[in-house]
Amino acid sequence: MRRARVAYQGAIHNAVMEEGRLRLADGRLVREEEVVWLPPFTPGTAFALGLNYADHAGELAFEPPKEPLVFLKGPNTWVGHRGQTVKPRDVTFMHYECELAVVIGRGGKRIARERAYDHIAGYTVANDYAFRDYLENFYRPNLRVKNRDASTPIGPCLVDRDDIPDAMNLNLRTYVNGELRQEGCTRDMIFDIPFLVSHISQWLTLRPGDVILTGTPRGATPVEVGDEVVTEIEGVGRLVNFVAADG
Amino acid sequence: MTQAWLRRHGCVWNEEVEAFPDTMDLVWQGRRIQASELPLTAPVTGTVYGVALNDPESLARLDRAFNRPPYNRPPEAPVLYIKPANAVIGPGAAIPVPDGVEWLSAAPALGAVLGRTAARVDEREALSYVLGYTVVMDVSIPRQDWYRPAVAEQARDGFCPIGPWIVERAAVAHPNCLRVEVYVDGKRCLSYSTASAVRTLPRLLCDVTSFMTLYPGDVLLAGVPADAPLVRAGQRVCAVIEGVGALENPLVAEPQAEALYSGPVAQPQAFDLRPDGKWSP
Repeated sequence: MRRARVAYQGAIHNAVMEEGRLRLADGRLVREEEVVWLPPFTPGTAFALGLNYADHAGELAFEPPKEPLVFLKGPNTWVGHRGQTVKPRDVTFMHYECELAVVIGRGGKRIARERAYDHIAGYTVANDYAFRDYLENFYRPNLRVKNRDASTPIGPCLVDRDDIPDAMNLNLRTYVNGELRQEGCTRDMIFDIPFLVSHISQWLTLRPGDVILTGTPRGATPVEVGDEVVTEIEGVGRLVNFVAADG
Repeated sequence: MTQAWLRRHGCVWNEEVEAFPDTMDLVWQGRRIQASELPLTAPVTGTVYGVALNDPESLARLDRAFNRPPYNRPPEAPVLYIKPANAVIGPGAAIPVPDGVEWLSAAPALGAVLGRTAARVDEREALSYVLGYTVVMDVSIPRQDWYRPAVAEQARDGFCPIGPWIVERAAVAHPNCLRVEVYVDGKRCLSYSTASAVRTLPRLLCDVTSFMTLYPGDVLLAGVPADAPLVRAGQRVCAVIEGVGALENPLVAEPQAEALYSGPVAQPQAFDLRPDGKWSP
């Protein structure tokens, strides 16, 4: 099932996709264009991976890491499908990052790799924008690069785990104004999903709603104000975002 | 006497009390009692943002390293990190010492609790967004490296005791000039003044909210000292901030601490859950 959260006629609704339309929890069936899309769930703690695809690490002139490079994101950063992300005036290099988002459904600590999928509620698409002009070498990637307001589109839907038989073999693609700019496959992750769930839960207790953004493949190119950026993951969704001007 | 907000264990809202931060007692249902007589949990549920390298001593020590890889130059923006919800515990709750780790760093910090949504605030008006102040113990596994995010070191369960209450903003006339002390098993190990901060709290609020909205209930730490005391299982650590309060927590080896761990404070539910807490497809 594909679950969404939308604003419609002045209220917020949980909904599920039904043949291209949205069935609200109260039974109403509405068209996609009639709603404002919100993040499909309320994210708890967000863990994001840097350099988790060897080809992207190479592109940024880094050796692939021996340990996962994990950073955290705050709740200010999310924005739903078809939302806007601001490109600040002084930024010359803002780029998208198409990422498979793994959503925790059952909490736990010290989760074994073999049991990791039991703790996953489902998947969605995230676009973990970076604003490279603000990169500094302290807690890199620093929050000013990775945790700006509304700079992480997520959605459109949360897709139930069991609807994705092999999350480790999904094609990712990013289109800017219709042009294919980024392409990869989740099978090329350096640290796979069971490893990441297990690894993070050795440190701390994962809880329902926590989310892991599993990194992005190569193909990061600049985007400009006015661009339509589509991050797409096979079977999971097609997430649209618009780059907007500051102020 | 000052107005303060605290949260009793098991409650999902804060209650207003009259508090006496110097003696750590309060008026509860007409009776004056010690704060420690109430079972309290952390009085905040928002996101906690910490600020590293906000004191001249830390910067001076790194002065030479700043111009070499991997840093290459000194920090320009505030060096921020997140203490996630799993880390937050209340006064008196056990700080778990992870297996294989002997010493933890216990860095006391003044926590500014947001009362209003703060986006792109002006430095001169920044404090008007603050509801009040609380005591935060920023616990971490010691690491002298600021290049990569330190999630494994900073974000463990129970690594962010907060409390015992939030004192109203008006009770703290000069947040940029407060004495902060740490006691380990009753012995004073550290004393510093928030006046030593490189960026004052209003400046931090201005810089942080220039790109990141802070919401009511979020906590911004005003910085941590260069030489935080090292503590280990079996000890009790107490942070005292002048006019704000005292926050004491025991350190317990992780297996035992988990038995005592009462779980994090209430958070909004991510999605519909079954009563057993599992995701309900």
